[in-house]
Amino acid sequence: MSDGPTTPGELRQRVADFLAEHPPAGTDRLEFLRARYDAGLAWVHFPPGSGGLGLPRSLQAQVEEELARAGAPDNDPRANGIGLGMAAPTILAFGTEEQQRRFLRPLWTGEELWCQLFSEPGAGSDLAAVSTRAVREGGEWIVNGQKVWTSGAHKARFAILVARTDPDVAKHAGLTYFLCDMAAPGVDVRPLRQITGEAEFNEVFLTDVHIPDDHRLGAEGEGWRVATATLNSERVAIGGGAAREGGMVGVLSRTWRQRPELRTADAHQRLLRLWVEAEVTRLTGKRLAQKLAVGQPGPEGAGMKLAFARIAQETSGLELELLGDEGLRYSDWTLVRPERVDFTGRDAGYRYLRAKGNSIEGGTSEILRNVLAERVLGLPPEPRVDKDLPWKDLPR
Amino acid sequence: MSDLDLLPTDVEDDLRASVRELLADRCPPSAVVPVYDGDRSSIAPLWRALATDLGLAGLLVPEERGGAGASAREAAVVLEELGRAVAPVPFLTSSVVATTVLSAAGPGGAGAGLLAALAAGERTAALLVPLGTAPGGRLPGFAVDGSGRPAGQVRGIAGALEADVLLVPVAGPDGTSVHAVPAGDARIDPVISLDMSRQLADVVLDGAAGERVLGAEAGDAAVRSGLEVGAALLASEQSGVAQWCLTTTVGYLQDRRQFGRVVGGFQALKHRLADLFVAVEQAAAAARYAAVTVAEDDPDRTVATAVAQAWCGDVAVRAAEEAVQLHGGIGMTWEHPAHLYLKRAKADQLAFGTPGTHRARLADLLDLPAPAAP
Ligand SMILES: Cc1cc2nc3c(=O)[nH]c(=O)nc-3n(C[C@H](O)[C@H](O)[C@H](O)COP(=O)(O)OP(=O)(O)OC[C@H]3O[C@@H](n4cnc5c(N)ncnc54)[C@H](O)[C@@H]3O)c2cc1C
Repeated sequence: MSDGPTTPGELRQRVADFLAEHPPAGTDRLEFLRARYDAGLAWVHFPPGSGGLGLPRSLQAQVEEELARAGAPDNDPRANGIGLGMAAPTILAFGTEEQQRRFLRPLWTGEELWCQLFSEPGAGSDLAAVSTRAVREGGEWIVNGQKVWTSGAHKARFAILVARTDPDVAKHAGLTYFLCDMAAPGVDVRPLRQITGEAEFNEVFLTDVHIPDDHRLGAEGEGWRVATATLNSERVAIGGGAAREGGMVGVLSRTWRQRPELRTADAHQRLLRLWVEAEVTRLTGKRLAQKLAVGQPGPEGAGMKLAFARIAQETSGLELELLGDEGLRYSDWTLVRPERVDFTGRDAGYRYLRAKGNSIEGGTSEILRNVLAERVLGLPPEPRVDKDLPWKDLPR
Repeated sequence: MSDLDLLPTDVEDDLRASVRELLADRCPPSAVVPVYDGDRSSIAPLWRALATDLGLAGLLVPEERGGAGASAREAAVVLEELGRAVAPVPFLTSSVVATTVLSAAGPGGAGAGLLAALAAGERTAALLVPLGTAPGGRLPGFAVDGSGRPAGQVRGIAGALEADVLLVPVAGPDGTSVHAVPAGDARIDPVISLDMSRQLADVVLDGAAGERVLGAEAGDAAVRSGLEVGAALLASEQSGVAQWCLTTTVGYLQDRRQFGRVVGGFQALKHRLADLFVAVEQAAAAARYAAVTVAEDDPDRTVATAVAQAWCGDVAVRAAEEAVQLHGGIGMTWEHPAHLYLKRAKADQLAFGTPGTHRARLADLLDLPAPAAP
C-alpha cells in the first residue's frame, strides 16, 4: 500500500477524487456503494482489498461526514447491524482470503444481510453450552438443532453460527464457528413476537442443514475463541463513535427544548445527570476507538455496552414520565416484522420497551459485569462446576 | 402520626382469598394479553363476576346507600389482587374514583340512584379527568352550552370504554359542578395505550343531556377527593404488581440453570433480589398506610397518599424491569406475561401524577421548600 493515504489530508483528497469519479447524484445506489467499497472507503480500518485502507478506525468518521455532505447514499447500517458490527470483524480476523473476498463486500453494501445463530433455549448467558450439533460428512457439515432470539433471521441471507462439533471434550473446547446459508434446505425461521408488539426476533430450527467445510470460520474446536471475538466487536460497535446527543439522550434533550410546558425541577436534574453520563460514555468510546486503532477489540468494550444500556433505559423511562398523559399512549401493537431496528425511532413507549432489550441482547449486563470483573480487573471467577467435564456429561 | 393498624383483619384475608381465587380462574395472563390485539371480550364478564357476584363494586358505599359498607382497607386488598393479575377491569376508575366523587352528594339528592346502581354493579362510571392528573393537578374544564348541557373534549380517560355513565366536571364562575352523562351520548374514541389492560379513550361531549349530581359549591372538593383516594389506592395496585414481579422472578431463578448452576444462586442476583424485596415491602407498607388513612379519614391522609405515590410507582416499575431483565430473552417476549406487568407498572407510574409530582407535593406539605430562584 505505497500509494494509499496516510494522513487525514490525504484521505480527504481520496474521498474528493472518489466523489468526482462517482458523483452521488448520477450514480446508481448499489453501484456507488460497491465502488466505495472497492476504493477502500467502506471501513478505512479494514485492510486494502477488503473495503479499507489499513488506517486508524477513528478516521472513518471523517469519511462518513464528507460523503454525507456530498449527498452520498449510505449502506443503511441499521438494516444490517449484526453483519456490520459482528460478522464482518470476525470474518476479517478469522476468515480465509477466499471467505473475505466472498462475504465482506455484499455484507457491507447490504446486498446480503446477516443474523446471529448463537443463543439456544438452554444456552443464553452460558453460550459455551450450546447443543446444536454439527457432524462432519466428507467435505460438509450436517447441522441439527434449535436457535432462539435470532434477530432479523427472516431477512438474513447468511448467519454466523456456533455449533458443537465434539461433545466428548469440555464445553468450550468442542465448539466450531460456521457461516450458515439461511436459504439452505432445513433452515426454518419462525417469528417470535416481542414486548413491543412486533416480531424482530425469531426461532430458527436447523434440520440436516448442509454447510460446506469452506464455510467454517477458524479451526475445528476453535469456535469459542472466534465467538468471543464476535461479542467483543459487537460491544465496541455499540455506543462508540456517536455524536454528542446522538442517542436516546438526544431525543429527550430535543423534547426538553421544544416543550417548556413539560419541564419540572425533578426531571431537570435527572436529564442533566443522564446527559453528562451519555457524554462521558461517548468520550470513553472515542478514547477506546483511538486506543484500538486497527487491532481487535478486547473485553474493555463491555463497559461501553453496559453504560449504553443503562442510559438508554433510564432516559427512555424518564421521557415517558416527562410526557405524562401523552406517555400513556402507544403507536401500534400490531405484529409486524420490522425492516430495521431503530432504538431511538417510533414513539416514546416503543423506545422505552425496546430499550429493555439493550441489557439482554449481545450479552446481558450481568454477564458484562462478570467479563469486566474477571477478564479486565482480574478478580477470581465464580466457582465453576462445568468447566472441565466433557460437555456430554454435564448436568442439565 | 397516628398509630393505625397496618395488618389485615380476618375479613380482609378472606376477601383477598376469594378475589385471588376468582382471578386465578378467570383472569390468567392468557385472558389479558388479547386486549393488546383489540379483543376486549373477556372484560365485561370478568367485571360482572367481580362487581356483582363478589359484590366488590359497592365496597366503598355505605350499606344505607346500597353498598357493602366496607372501607378503603378492603378496596386496597382488592386492588392489590387486581394488580397481581393485571386485571383489565374498571374497579379503580368506577368503584373507587367515580364512586368517591358521587358519594360527596348527600343521600336522597341527585345522583343517589346512580350511586346505588354503581354499588350494585348494575352501572359503571368514569370521571372525565385524564388518568395522569394528580390530586392537586389542573382539571379539564368542560363548559355548558346554551341549553345547560356539558360540551367539550378531554383526552386520555381511563375507564371510559367500560363505563355506561360519565361524570363530567363542568367549570363555572362559582366552581366546578359535576354532571352525569350517559356514555352512549358521548363520542368515546379508544386510544392505543401503553397499558391496554387499562385502555384509555378520548371523549367528546357535544350536547349530551345529563343530570347535575354535584353543585358548584361541592364539585371541586369531590373531584379532588376522588383523585386523592384514587392515588392512595393505586398504590395498592402498584404493590400487587411489584409483588407478582418479585415472586415470579424469584421462582424462575430458582429453576433456570446456566453455567451448570441455578442462576438464582449467583450472589450478584441474590443481592439484587434482596434489595428489591426490601423495596417491595416498603411499598406494601406505604400503600397500606395510605389506604388506612383514607379509611379512617385520618389527617395524615394527604401526606400518606403523596408518600405512597412517590414510592410505589417507582418500585413497581423497578420490579417489572427487573422481572424482564432477570428472565433474559424470554422476558422480552409477548409469550411471557412479564411485559403485561411492565406496561401496567409504567402506566401506573404516570397515573394520578408521577412520583416526581408527588415529591414536589410533599415539599409543600412538609415545609421542605425548593431553593428560591437566584
Ligand atoms: C432483543 C433481543 C435480541 C436478541 N438477538 C439475538 C440474536 O440475534 N442472536 C442470538 O444468538 N441471540 C440473541 N439474543 C439473545 C441474548 O443474547 C440472550 O437472551 C442473552 O444472552 C441471555 O440469555 P438467556 O435469555 O438464556 O438468559 P439466561 O442466561 O437464562 O439469564 C437469565 C438472567 O440471569 C442472569 N445471569 C445469567 N448468568 C449469570 C451469572 N453468572 N451471574 C449473574 N447473573 C447471571 C442473566 O443476566 C439474566 O438476567 C437476543 C435477545 C434479545 C432480548
